[in-house]
Amino acid sequence: MKAIGELLRRSGLEALHAKVREGRRLDFDDGMRLYRTPDLTAVGYLANLARERRSGDRTFFVRNLHINYTNICNKLCKFCSFYTAPNSQDGRGYALTPEEAAARVDRYRDESIREIHMVAGINPKLSYGYYLDLVRAVKAARPEAQVKAFTMIELAQIARVAKRPLADILPELQAAGLAACPGGGAEVFSERVHEELFRAKLDNEGWFDVARTVHRAGIRSNVTMLYGHIETPEEKVRHLLHVRELQDETGGFMCFVPLAFDPANTELSHLPATTGYSNLREIAVGRLLLDNVEHVKAFWIMITPGVAQMALWYGADDLDGTVSHYEITHALGTRSHRQVLTVDQLLELSVEVGRIPVERDALYNVIGESRAATAPSNGPGRATGVRRES
Amino acid sequence: MTHPLDDIEDKVLTGERLSFEDGVRLFQQANPLQLSTWASLVRFRLHPERRVTYVVGRVINYTNVCWVQCKFCNFYRLPGQEGGYVLSREAVFEKIRELVNLGGTEVLIQGGLNPALKLEYYENLFRAIKANFAVQIHGLSPVEIIYLAKTSQLSERDCLARLQAAGLDSIPGAGAEILVEAVREQIAPYKNSAAAWLDLMRTAHRLGIGSSVTMMYGSVESIEQRVEHLVRVRALQDETGGFRAFIPWSFQPEGTHLGDVKRASGFDYLRTVAVSRLMLDNVPNIQSSWLTQGPKLGQIALQYGVNDMGSTILEENVVSKESVFMVPLSEIERLITDAGFVPARRNTTYEILPLPSGPATHAAA
Repeated sequence: MKAIGELLRRSGLEALHAKVREGRRLDFDDGMRLYRTPDLTAVGYLANLARERRSGDRTFFVRNLHINYTNICNKLCKFCSFYTAPNSQDGRGYALTPEEAAARVDRYRDESIREIHMVAGINPKLSYGYYLDLVRAVKAARPEAQVKAFTMIELAQIARVAKRPLADILPELQAAGLAACPGGGAEVFSERVHEELFRAKLDNEGWFDVARTVHRAGIRSNVTMLYGHIETPEEKVRHLLHVRELQDETGGFMCFVPLAFDPANTELSHLPATTGYSNLREIAVGRLLLDNVEHVKAFWIMITPGVAQMALWYGADDLDGTVSHYEITHALGTRSHRQVLTVDQLLELSVEVGRIPVERDALYNVIGESRAATAPSNGPGRATGVRRES
Repeated sequence: MTHPLDDIEDKVLTGERLSFEDGVRLFQQANPLQLSTWASLVRFRLHPERRVTYVVGRVINYTNVCWVQCKFCNFYRLPGQEGGYVLSREAVFEKIRELVNLGGTEVLIQGGLNPALKLEYYENLFRAIKANFAVQIHGLSPVEIIYLAKTSQLSERDCLARLQAAGLDSIPGAGAEILVEAVREQIAPYKNSAAAWLDLMRTAHRLGIGSSVTMMYGSVESIEQRVEHLVRVRALQDETGGFRAFIPWSFQPEGTHLGDVKRASGFDYLRTVAVSRLMLDNVPNIQSSWLTQGPKLGQIALQYGVNDMGSTILEENVVSKESVFMVPLSEIERLITDAGFVPARRNTTYEILPLPSGPATHAAA
């Protein structure tokens, strides 16, 4: 494309283009440049090069359901509208028994489910035995699904109530049915942000220590970044480079998930919501800086289906695929522009934009090309390589 | 390596006009990054500054009585049906007063084909507005004017000339839908033809009344019919030069008689915006339709050829209630700034207005 060459020149991203083309690693200054250039198309083009090199025109999705087993939490994070404090009298607090959690799973017995995604608050009343029983119960309710559960924050709590080192209890959780860990709770690795927004939560180094231990136990996880609150571009670049460093060490991260902060009903409700530009840019920068993480997810529930569809050309190669509603986002208030999509509708969006949906399990093993998805004979072709015959 | 769209890219780079077939191929084969790159190239050729404009205006739906029964509309009431209204002069003035107090300059006056209202009603209304407020009247879609000329037994030219003399500054490009008869017969069988719509605009432009032009895609039309729409707009623009802006927006199926039509996707919106920018080489401005697309896609459209965010729209009743986004002025400015552009206010005729004095309107970024 001659025009894109011109665009990259104008945006001052030529040197970066050369690095991306040759598969060389980007540095801190490159990351800052990607955040600062106003030309989102140029950034998207580079991210798409990296995306297509790894995944071609495939887009991964998983049929999963979300269980938030308790909303009681003692971390009091300012960006959260989901939690209720342990001593709160507001009557909103709940903790599902393992049987209740299993019953939730059973509600979806008629749907194909490959992953049970389970995260929740830090509820000091829950014992170590509870967590083991919880995993066993949901696994027993749906043996063919993989249990992806517990953020690093929850794992630190589980070790605390077990009064044993995390490395000792991880094999027991695995034996109970834990297959992988989600990437939440990473927020932004910055002492300043940690101090201001989530000081009671595990700090940056603590998060990494837990992730390292988890990966060493042979459990793979995702990693997130919460953006759109008080963080700076510098802090985001450092976050991503920090993730990349640990990934060099352990190789345990499967997918990077940028999480768009929704200020509604939080202590930060004076902040504006994230924009479409920022949603695409965070995905693109993540894809470019994290050269050692296989996948980048566009979580449509947070960024809207339309933006998630476009994200498949700005670095994302994973669309999630939740079949149940997502309670944490639900608690964040409903907006009129939030659409509810079935998995099949989501796959149609992918096909329409020229990306072939591939069903995966929690560990990114390919299950098969989707039934809903046959690539259109006439549709957008890949930017790199030879496009399909039309 | 050659790419099947290389010839189109060469035309875009040299500024050569794209053909009907080029438009169809862009719709069917171009990927988002190509569309964005090429549309932006044309956008910056026409508007080299990193500026995005908007107008502070409001819609006044002076009546909801209409006999046309368009299948995509959930706003109208038939003459005599319960719930029909015509706004009083006082109600109209109150709305304009609110607008002027907020620094607004554009009054978009639109309603339905109400057989009870004659030309004199509009003349008196426009004169009264102009006598009392420093605003521009962007009003009456072609459908309304054609009907008014007919019921007033005047030629369209004479009807337009009288409206112009009374204060009409500009005509919104509404009701264009898809300017292809086969599509109009399906979605708005009682509405006037594509040729009649274009004729009315031709007459208005010749009198010196500029206009915008819309395209409502995503109902029952084919890709070829979308491109046909663009080609017909371009041909009239070659003749008159009277179109100031093109506004594509997607059909909103909820609550209409075409409720089983699937809502058009984000990619469909952005590719339609981009192909419009590329095909309409003679229309100066492409407007975002964040009202129907939401602020996220409405902003991303700035990367697909859009250079104008349209009106702040203090009121809008025609589009399905669920799809309406009332984005405040500060939010429009934030979206523009966040995308790396400089916001600028304009009037209906696209002249840049000085920044308003008084409290800053920018939200903290």
